Amino acid sequence: MKKDLYNFAIRMGDTSWILSHRLCELCSYGPFLEEDLAMTNIGLDHIGQSEEWLKYAAELSDENIDADFLAYRRKEKEYRNVQLVEFPNEDFAYVVVRQFFMDVYNYLLYSKLTNSKDTTFAAIAQKSLKEVRYHLRHSSNWMVRLGDGTSESHERLQNAVNDLWFYTGDLFVMPESEQNLAKDGIIPDLAGLESDWNKMVMEVFNEAGMQKPEYEVLASGSFDGQHTEYMGFMLCEFQYLPNMLQDAKW
Amino acid sequence: MDDKLKNEDPELLKEFQAKIDAEVKIEPKDYMPEAYRQHLIRQISQHAHSEVIGMQPEGNWITRCPSIRAKKILMAKIQDEGGHGLYLYSAAETLGVSRDQYLKWLHEGKAKYASVFNYSALNWADIGAIGWLVDGAAIVNQVSLQRTSYGPYSRAMVKICKEESFHQRQGYEIMVHMAQGTPEQKEMAQDALNRWWYPSLMMFGPHDGDSPRSSLAMQWKIKRETNDELRQKFIDKTVPQAEFLGLTVPDENCKFNEATGHYDWTDINWDEFWASIKGYGPNNKRRMKHHQKVHAEGAWVREASIAYGKKKEKKEVA
Repeated sequence: MKKDLYNFAIRMGDTSWILSHRLCELCSYGPFLEEDLAMTNIGLDHIGQSEEWLKYAAELSDENIDADFLAYRRKEKEYRNVQLVEFPNEDFAYVVVRQFFMDVYNYLLYSKLTNSKDTTFAAIAQKSLKEVRYHLRHSSNWMVRLGDGTSESHERLQNAVNDLWFYTGDLFVMPESEQNLAKDGIIPDLAGLESDWNKMVMEVFNEAGMQKPEYEVLASGSFDGQHTEYMGFMLCEFQYLPNMLQDAKW
Repeated sequence: MDDKLKNEDPELLKEFQAKIDAEVKIEPKDYMPEAYRQHLIRQISQHAHSEVIGMQPEGNWITRCPSIRAKKILMAKIQDEGGHGLYLYSAAETLGVSRDQYLKWLHEGKAKYASVFNYSALNWADIGAIGWLVDGAAIVNQVSLQRTSYGPYSRAMVKICKEESFHQRQGYEIMVHMAQGTPEQKEMAQDALNRWWYPSLMMFGPHDGDSPRSSLAMQWKIKRETNDELRQKFIDKTVPQAEFLGLTVPDENCKFNEATGHYDWTDINWDEFWASIKGYGPNNKRRMKHHQKVHAEGAWVREASIAYGKKKEKKEVA
């Protein structure tokens, strides 16, 4: 049970951590100043959420570790984030679509998690949900704005949708430890979120004039520590200093 | 009378100066001499561009922050800098020039930004040194600018100063960690101080005698203290802070002078200063290219936004 809680806390913490890393890469890369700041702001929210999850995971762990250790000192295979958040900021459309897919997911998941029988899970969800509502409004607005803006923005958005759709299968996978938690009323049935997720995504797709990609989505196994080719480079970057000076305190 | 004022109505000019002397703020719709407006257009936009270009050297480390806390702080800090850019562009727009135009002048090389941001951020302690020294120098300047005579600029500076003092503290905190850390960390801290000390002193601009626009700016209270006065204030404040860290400023003549009550120091290498101003600093081309490239790459997003806004407006009218 404790191990299952740890696994899920890591899954949530890592997903927010990697997404926040992609968002922080956008600093000074925004299409205009206001949006630059908005992206950093959303990234900051994700770091905050990640920190809460990783702190709890560290408490649940049998080892003497903290949230920083979990964020910075693990090997690639030990990260359990969904692969979607590893996808790079190809252009602003990719940033928007990646965020939108995650925001809808987080909105549904956190809404249910507020009723978790684990009080820490419920508390993190309660706090995060306030932020996620804003994120979802922001990314949904951009979906519609880009989808219904110019022909160029429409095309770029559709390209991003087509590419990123591939990674959405991961979101609803229930490995054994998640199944155990669901049975105990600690997390919702993730597979059960899929139809609501599809419904909400399709509503915005319709408004934005986006076509749902036709290919079948496969889960890519991120919960067994499978990552995209992008992941290793991210680790090289953010683990650089802790790896270089292992005894240093920052 | 100054040549720049020869086309102004002498009565209006007299009233204008009387307001300045009485510490009444000048507001956007008030009469102001054209030279005053031009001075502010130059100074406020330069200040805004500096905040925005300044996001780049710090952004260079944002993906390599060594702890969750450090990453949160640096992201929030850079976000603040961008926010300062926004306030300042808004203040500058009250002078009748649009943000687009200001950016165009920046990209054409007609507008400048603080040369200090052309230096490289090479190790993590540089993030500390930038906060401590660069923001520290900026604060000395900006505290003085809170009382500047142009209302929108003065009000923007009040907000900015509050955040800048937080930035300086976060920078100094990084320096404390590094200076008290492992030998490698201390070495990084000293290296950062060595490289950022003189660029920070340069931030106050040329010596008073070589500062071409200073006298009218002082008379109009856009500027309230001279470059050299502010620079000395900064040195007097900062050297003891370096001593507390156990670090040494890279100037062997930098010693407290009992007679003057100030620290003595070796003058700046002005050739380096002017080279950077003229575009030959270590990263001038890189910083500008980055800004131009990102601006160009964002064009389709801005166009989409405008197109969508127009469509929506039409729908609402119909």
